Amino acid sequence: MAAVQGGLIDTEEEKDIKTEPANDGCGNNNNNNTANDGRLLNASPGSISSGGSNKPATGALEDQQTLLAVLQFLKKNNLSESVEILRREAGLSEDTEDSKGLDSSGAGSGGAAGNVDSESGDANSLLSRVSVSSSAVSASAVQAPSKGAGEDQPDVNVVLSAYSQQGDPALYDVYYSSLKKFIESVLDCHRAELSQVFYPLFVHMYLELVYNNHENEAKAFFEKFSGDQECYYEDDLRVLSGMTKKEHMRGNETLLDFRTSKFVLRISRDSYQLLKRHLQERQNNQIWNIIQEHLYIDIFDGMPRSKSQIDAMSGSLAGEAKREANKAKVFYGLLKEPEIEVPLDDEDEEAENEEGKPKKKKPKKDSMGSKSKKQDPNAPSQNRIPLPELKDSDKLDKIMYMKEATKRIRLGPDTLPSICFYSFLNAYQGLTAVDVTDDSSLIAGGFADSTVRVWSVTPKKLRKVKSAADLSLIDKESDDVLERIMDEKTASESKILYGHSGPVYGISFSPDRNYLLSSSEDGTVRLWSLQTFTCLVGYKGHNYPVWDTQFSPYGYYFVSGGHDRVARLWATDHYQPLRMFSGHLADITCTRFHPNSNYVATGSSDRTIRLWDVLNGNCVRIFTGHKGPIHALAFSPNGKFLASGATDGRVLLWDIGHGLMIGELKGHTDTIYSLKFSRDGEILASGSMDNTVRLWDAMKAFDDLETDDFTAATGHIHLPENSQELLLGTYMSKSTPVVHLHFTRRNLLLAAGAYNP
Amino acid sequence: MQLVKWKLIVQTSSLSSIGVSMADREERRFAEVPRESVKLMAESAGVELGDDVAALLAEDVCYRLREATQSSSQFMRHAKRRKLTVEDFNRALRWSNVEAICGYGAQDALPFRSVKEGELFFIEDRDINLVELALATNIPKGCAETMVRVNVSYLDGKGNLEPQGTVPSAVQSLSDDLLKYYQQITRAILGEDPHLMKVALLDLQSNSKIAALLPYFVYVISGVKSVSHDLEQLNRLLHMVKSLVQNPYLYLGSYVRSLVSSVMYCILEPLAASINPLNDHWTLRDYAALLLSHIFWTHGDLVSGLYHQILLSLQKVLSDPVRPLCSHYGAVVGLHALGWKAVERVLYPHLPAYWANLQAVLDDYSVSNAQVKADGHKVYGAILVAVERLLKMKALSLSQSAEGGFSSQPGSVVGALGYGVSSPGLSPPPEPLSEAALGIASHLQAGGAGCPWEEWTPVPLPAMYCELYSFFGDSLAVRFSTGPGFGSYPPCTPPQPNDARKDPPGPAANPDTTRKMPQLTANLNISPRQDGSPRTEPPPPSLAATGPGRSLARSSSSSSSVQRSRSSSSRSGQRSAGPSRDVFPKARFTTPQTGPPAFSFLIGGRQMGRRCQGRRPFQTIFAPTPPLSAVLPRTYAHKLPVIGRVGKPVRRWACSHYSLHLPL
Repeated sequence: MAAVQGGLIDTEEEKDIKTEPANDGCGNNNNNNTANDGRLLNASPGSISSGGSNKPATGALEDQQTLLAVLQFLKKNNLSESVEILRREAGLSEDTEDSKGLDSSGAGSGGAAGNVDSESGDANSLLSRVSVSSSAVSASAVQAPSKGAGEDQPDVNVVLSAYSQQGDPALYDVYYSSLKKFIESVLDCHRAELSQVFYPLFVHMYLELVYNNHENEAKAFFEKFSGDQECYYEDDLRVLSGMTKKEHMRGNETLLDFRTSKFVLRISRDSYQLLKRHLQERQNNQIWNIIQEHLYIDIFDGMPRSKSQIDAMSGSLAGEAKREANKAKVFYGLLKEPEIEVPLDDEDEEAENEEGKPKKKKPKKDSMGSKSKKQDPNAPSQNRIPLPELKDSDKLDKIMYMKEATKRIRLGPDTLPSICFYSFLNAYQGLTAVDVTDDSSLIAGGFADSTVRVWSVTPKKLRKVKSAADLSLIDKESDDVLERIMDEKTASESKILYGHSGPVYGISFSPDRNYLLSSSEDGTVRLWSLQTFTCLVGYKGHNYPVWDTQFSPYGYYFVSGGHDRVARLWATDHYQPLRMFSGHLADITCTRFHPNSNYVATGSSDRTIRLWDVLNGNCVRIFTGHKGPIHALAFSPNGKFLASGATDGRVLLWDIGHGLMIGELKGHTDTIYSLKFSRDGEILASGSMDNTVRLWDAMKAFDDLETDDFTAATGHIHLPENSQELLLGTYMSKSTPVVHLHFTRRNLLLAAGAYNP
Repeated sequence: MQLVKWKLIVQTSSLSSIGVSMADREERRFAEVPRESVKLMAESAGVELGDDVAALLAEDVCYRLREATQSSSQFMRHAKRRKLTVEDFNRALRWSNVEAICGYGAQDALPFRSVKEGELFFIEDRDINLVELALATNIPKGCAETMVRVNVSYLDGKGNLEPQGTVPSAVQSLSDDLLKYYQQITRAILGEDPHLMKVALLDLQSNSKIAALLPYFVYVISGVKSVSHDLEQLNRLLHMVKSLVQNPYLYLGSYVRSLVSSVMYCILEPLAASINPLNDHWTLRDYAALLLSHIFWTHGDLVSGLYHQILLSLQKVLSDPVRPLCSHYGAVVGLHALGWKAVERVLYPHLPAYWANLQAVLDDYSVSNAQVKADGHKVYGAILVAVERLLKMKALSLSQSAEGGFSSQPGSVVGALGYGVSSPGLSPPPEPLSEAALGIASHLQAGGAGCPWEEWTPVPLPAMYCELYSFFGDSLAVRFSTGPGFGSYPPCTPPQPNDARKDPPGPAANPDTTRKMPQLTANLNISPRQDGSPRTEPPPPSLAATGPGRSLARSSSSSSSVQRSRSSSSRSGQRSAGPSRDVFPKARFTTPQTGPPAFSFLIGGRQMGRRCQGRRPFQTIFAPTPPLSAVLPRTYAHKLPVIGRVGKPVRRWACSHYSLHLPL
């Protein structure tokens, strides 16, 4: 969809997208080169913007190249005005562009950087420091894009032309089956590894046939060998099967993904040698070419992997993640909690003296302070990204939180949480998203009829602030001024927020409960005030449906991701994104903030999960293993682990620090739409379209792991088949898909969904 | 899905009807638009197409349709639906810059039809008469407001583990079947057919699936006040209580309070039915008292908080001279039902004060007072029974403790007996509860029977006996003296000085104990506790015989009681000696002759026997109850403070009408 209309975009719009990130000077410094190329080539507006956003970063060389590529694209599409603006903004001279020399970039980009610094001062209150200081660009990252930009012309035709070289179409069949025969004849230990080659080979050969107008051969080829492919590629094969003409390939996303991103395979050195020798002996150049051009073979030393090991990790659109993609250090520890325990202690003392048992205080404090007392060695520095300062009301809320936390039930396999179900009744318009505030006082629903509805689930009604005229009348000195500003007449159980012009797919409350975010099919993210129940800002940037959005756990920042395959990081007081995270090969379906707010996880329908560094926009983790689009993500409260749920009904557990899959929870029979860890992380709850909530023993899942010896270097994992042991319970709802899960501060599990009679 | 795709294809390719043939090869699982259709469409647009062009176009249309369908599935997934809608497809079209198709966005399925002859598929598109539509009077109602309601689905991760997705019974709303069951049961119980009633009660007693109906039954039972004129109905309602209490699958929870208050109503209130002396409300009160004790026996854990409250209200009634005698009677039997300790604590200290009033009634021989006097005799009898059991049990407990002291005592038979009635058995379960209410841990009992007594400075047995004897005279003595009947083991006298060392051995006690009526022990084994029979108290001996079919015997029994009271009053002249109280002993003496079984009740030994028979099966029946139903919600209750606001009754969410707020 995205690519279809690449050239049709309004010039004005495109200009906006492209240039404004440069003004803000906080674009992303993305070293994910293949992905970046992909965005460039995939001539959709989203990709342009992501490319454009690369400029102000410090790695001058690749930025220069990227800019040139963008300029070329613009020229090609006769967007002369945009070209002018871009050139002006980036400080590129006509010469620079014409010469296309790698060495001429110094002056130009220096100018660009200077621009950024001077302009961003006031606009970027918090992140300007960040963008200037970011310098973590690896050497490889610098080199790769230069190659990409130099070779690849930003045109679909050029992309596809890679398929033009060809052998005899009739021989494809022979080539493929001979390879198949060979692989089937090798030793068992190598067979599983080499079998990985089948799928990408099959796809590329098929596409070559199609591209060269051998429709009938292509169909025959497909029919003959599609049955051999792993069942988890079924969806992609279905798309392929429909594509039988060269014309179809133009603008097809799946195709572009295959072409632009090398399919990554991990193969042991022995197996690889075996394959190489075979192909060279047989003079099977056709296949050898494809392997060299379109496949990235990540060779490792050591024992070949078993079939189950391979299956656990494969399934994504572009193969597995490269090992070095997950090498970066991730500060997954939690930030130190601010010291606001003094008032807490005072009040507690009073309360406890009343009760007459002040003894309890000590253990309480210990259990609470455990995560905040010491600086976690794995935690990022406190000011790694600037966080908003705590307001008085935030502190009060923290105190409330701590008090509630002392009353929290310690969950475990023997003490399972009680589950309360919030049913949305009469939601004929279609409930698409739900969120609950951290203190469980408000619940909001996003609906397919473009509305957002907020309910108070405590007896406290929702009230608007009085109008400006009325506000001027009240006594501002009075103690209860906060109470007086509320308009009692507007008190009601629920409020409806109108503003979107498409289904609302994602909503998120701000931690302080003053704001609500909603993302919609109309391409916008809206910020609503829960004081006035009006829309404050509409964030435009995604020009395609925005599937999900979420507030940072510290407020102020939020992340959104959608059909344009780019996740954006925003600050509520900026109408432009601060970061763009591009690299996914398909829609970003869900976005989550890490508890320390330094990272963002995104799940995508390319069946990968990526973890992004908010500081510099780098992709620091790629997790593959799901066999379907990912629709739910959840970080463990200690920040160490990530759980993900997909349409395949499986929950996968990931160790963020090591970048490894550590568990697989099988049981759901339909898409998992919600995941949540209990407050202390002992229990993982998953809610699914199959109308069940399942509880999993997260402690055990993670404990088992820690006793294991990690082979982090190879990344090979042995997943224990222990789903049934870890499953603590399955709880049916009343024909209500579970759309959202939430643990109250006392560990009561709230589930929500729309009742479908 | 397949069907939906089909529909959409048809819609896009033509807005009315157009032929689409399935792909020739089965393995391609998608539809293809034949070139004929393309040609047709082109013609309708005024363009002539060649065959090859049409074929190419047809193939391209197919491809575009598939592409759009694939992208539309994304919208479906994000809308968290399983069904692909026309709207999803239209969104996909719109985002690929294709005009959306209007007119098919209806929520309900569009009928998709085929014409066999022409292999023609189309969507039925009926003409709508706009005039009719505009002038239609049955304007459709707007759909109900979208709302959020919360219910507690699973407590502590437990709920029903049945796989069919029903919510746990505690939060179940009434299904039609349940509603029907409820109607049938209530109709049967409150209806005319006694046989039907029996069946209904039996089912109510054993049905495991009626938890959701509990509030409704409780509500029905709370209707006792409105039928206070109808003994029959009251009776039936009490039976209903009994069945509910006995149902091992029901967790009564806070409903037990409501049940107890209904029962108390029957015990204490001057029912409208009691205005007519022919109505045997006495039996009803007896039965209700029996039920009360039953509830305390079996659901002690639930009603522990109520014990004290009930004692107070009984005491209040007893000390209120304005109340009619039938209320007093109820209070006495109620105390009796709550155990001998209740009698000792409330009735016994209150007796001197009350005695004066009763005496006045009984001494009035005027004809106009005849009815009141008859009632007075009832009360007298009830008090007598209560007091006697008090004495028995006290004596027994003393001997018990004494025996505990002489642990080396070899009396094997006695030992067994003693254990059978050991501490909890001395009186019904409320006994430990009463202590709990007083702040004494129940385990103190094990330490020695002496401990609990200190709390309200108990009167030593001899003193108590003396005082009671001063009221009741021989009638009391006779009954107490049967003690040795059970006391084949060390008689009560040795423990007396032993336990109450400081008290001078009551001089009156000794002569009393000499009067024995051994023949009374003969009735030890008669157990009046048959199913559903009320506790037939001694004063109306004729009633004792009525048994379960009390309703039938009602008129006769009441008449007999009237008669008896008359006779007693007539015989009052024969009193032997002493003060007026001697009136009663004479009367009492006559009663055994009319109805010997009545005596069986009073004797300690029989009490023991009854306990051994009655309570054992009792316990075995109800043993599963606490772990099954009681434990679960109670653990929840204990945890309540942790997960939310404290202590709202479970009732609130048990209703089918959930609220928006979590009732914690």
